[in-house]
Amino acid sequence: MSDQGNVFLTREGDSELAIRISGTWRLHGGLPPIDTVKTAIESAPHPKLVRFYIGELAGWDSSIVWFLNKVSELCHQRGVAVDRDNLPKGLRRLVELAEAVPEKKGVRRDFATPSIVDRIGHRAIASIASITAALNFLGEMTLTSIKLLPGKVRFRALDVFLFIQQSGPQALPIVTLISFLVGVILAFIGAGQLRRFGAQIYVADRVGIAIVREMGAVMTGIIMAGRTGAAFAAQLGTMKVTQEIDAFTTIGLQAQEFLVLPRVIALVLMMPLLCLYADFIGVLGGAAVAIGMLDISWTTYIRETMNAISLTHLFGGVFKSTIYGVLIALSGCLRGLQCGKSSSAVGDAATSAVVTGIVAIVAACGIFAVVFYVLGI
Amino acid sequence: MPTDAKNKKVHITVSHLTMAFDSFVLMRDLNFTIDCGDVFIIMGGSGCGKSTLLRHLIGLNEPAEGEIFYGDENFTKADPGKRREVMSRMGVLFQSGALWSSMSLAENVGLPLGQYTDLRPAEVREIASLKLALVGLKGFEDYYPSEISGGMQKRAGLARAMALDPEILMLDEPSAGLDPITARLLDDLILEIRDNLRATIVVVTHELASIFRIAGNCVFLDAESATMIAHGDPKELLAHSQDSRVRRFLSGGEEKRQ
Repeated sequence: MSDQGNVFLTREGDSELAIRISGTWRLHGGLPPIDTVKTAIESAPHPKLVRFYIGELAGWDSSIVWFLNKVSELCHQRGVAVDRDNLPKGLRRLVELAEAVPEKKGVRRDFATPSIVDRIGHRAIASIASITAALNFLGEMTLTSIKLLPGKVRFRALDVFLFIQQSGPQALPIVTLISFLVGVILAFIGAGQLRRFGAQIYVADRVGIAIVREMGAVMTGIIMAGRTGAAFAAQLGTMKVTQEIDAFTTIGLQAQEFLVLPRVIALVLMMPLLCLYADFIGVLGGAAVAIGMLDISWTTYIRETMNAISLTHLFGGVFKSTIYGVLIALSGCLRGLQCGKSSSAVGDAATSAVVTGIVAIVAACGIFAVVFYVLGI
Repeated sequence: MPTDAKNKKVHITVSHLTMAFDSFVLMRDLNFTIDCGDVFIIMGGSGCGKSTLLRHLIGLNEPAEGEIFYGDENFTKADPGKRREVMSRMGVLFQSGALWSSMSLAENVGLPLGQYTDLRPAEVREIASLKLALVGLKGFEDYYPSEISGGMQKRAGLARAMALDPEILMLDEPSAGLDPITARLLDDLILEIRDNLRATIVVVTHELASIFRIAGNCVFLDAESATMIAHGDPKELLAHSQDSRVRRFLSGGEEKRQ
């Protein structure tokens, strides 16, 4: 037996359209065609009344309610009266319930595709708004940080230690792995070419300077952006979704002060240490290649490295990493605080935090390169 | 379709159920049955384990002891495939609505329809619209859960629970956070669903007005003694219960503690 209900339309005189309903009405069988009813209502001579008749109904579910509701809607739009007296009481009540709360005016959404000019305009406005928001945030954070000096800020010291733990010691394994491999890769790339000139020993210079000046800080920054920046965004984003941030605001605690500042402080304290550590491990990675492949002795390699790099290089790298730490923490927290109200928005916030963090690091790296060059460092 | 025929077949049987989190026993030795086509209320004070009992019935929590039967089927001991089949005949409204936040209301209601019926996408949307109209949300099809109020989210959750015309509807505090008129409409809807779609409805609530309007049967959980202390028609219980705690609860705290 088919699970799609039967509908028979007959005209009773000029003014009445009779809709006879029978059979089994199940959602699984698909919905009955509403178009035939529509045509019948619209065809001349226009009926003034639509009356339902119920034949043998073997069983029904929402599909029949949908049908009755839809027909009533069609009739209503065209000013045709509907007579539902013949319907079973329960069915009539269900249809009435569906009509109990009329649609509010202006609620339904209009999905007109905007023109390309519209879209460009909207994008431009959104970009400006986003930049303004970032600048605002930066300004607020600067003001909040100034309050730090006389010790007027309110946050929990425990939080700072928690974030230090998360972004310092717990990051060591991944920083070790990546830095060691970067050292190895740099040494490998240099080894082949330098050996042709019998200048293998300069692998130590090459690895040392590259790691200590740039790569240590940049690689640590990128690791931390992916690891900690994303975590900050997800934490704050979830707090936004669950209204925890609103709860802080209502008791007079500012998110920037209570939530963002401890995270920035933790990263600013940890990044230089992680960078120093990454420098050390990176040089070790280079040494492993030099000793294993190029027959350079351990002491020679270390001496050559110490000759090549200066304290200025070291401090330059460490200074940069501190700035990267600020950028990572701020972009993570900014994206977290800008998070929407849904679970997917939290994912977007985390993604966006990593992208913003890495872009900021690379941009800062470029600026540092120019500034250091001009200063002759 | 007959609307008044009282079908007294047992739909759900809870047998010696003990609910526990590790060593903490929340409720012990619960025994009751839920009839087909009945509106069954789980009630009790805050934190006594009403929602947890509902989660046990749905299969989201495992009983520490005891069993739950659907018809003659042992749900607790059933294999995962059988469990999924029983669960597919259930519609659940969670306490917070639990709408999928990345989907519009029409998509929320339409997802089960798209997964479990052969309806075409346009038809799925039509039915989703109807279900939303039934809970008074006509026109809100393209809104996202974060764009509507808490009470509306709750109603949209109910529309999703009803999407497949389930045999069993589990509702966790359906009228909490609704204005009295909307709550009344919701009660009417629950009764219409029971009568017309012949669903068995299990409701967790402590809204007295709603309890007396819709309940056919109920179980009363008591946190202090960690078990059920009453089972039956709430109107009967109010009038004739031997237990003062039950009478006190059902009279809205008016009867003095003895």
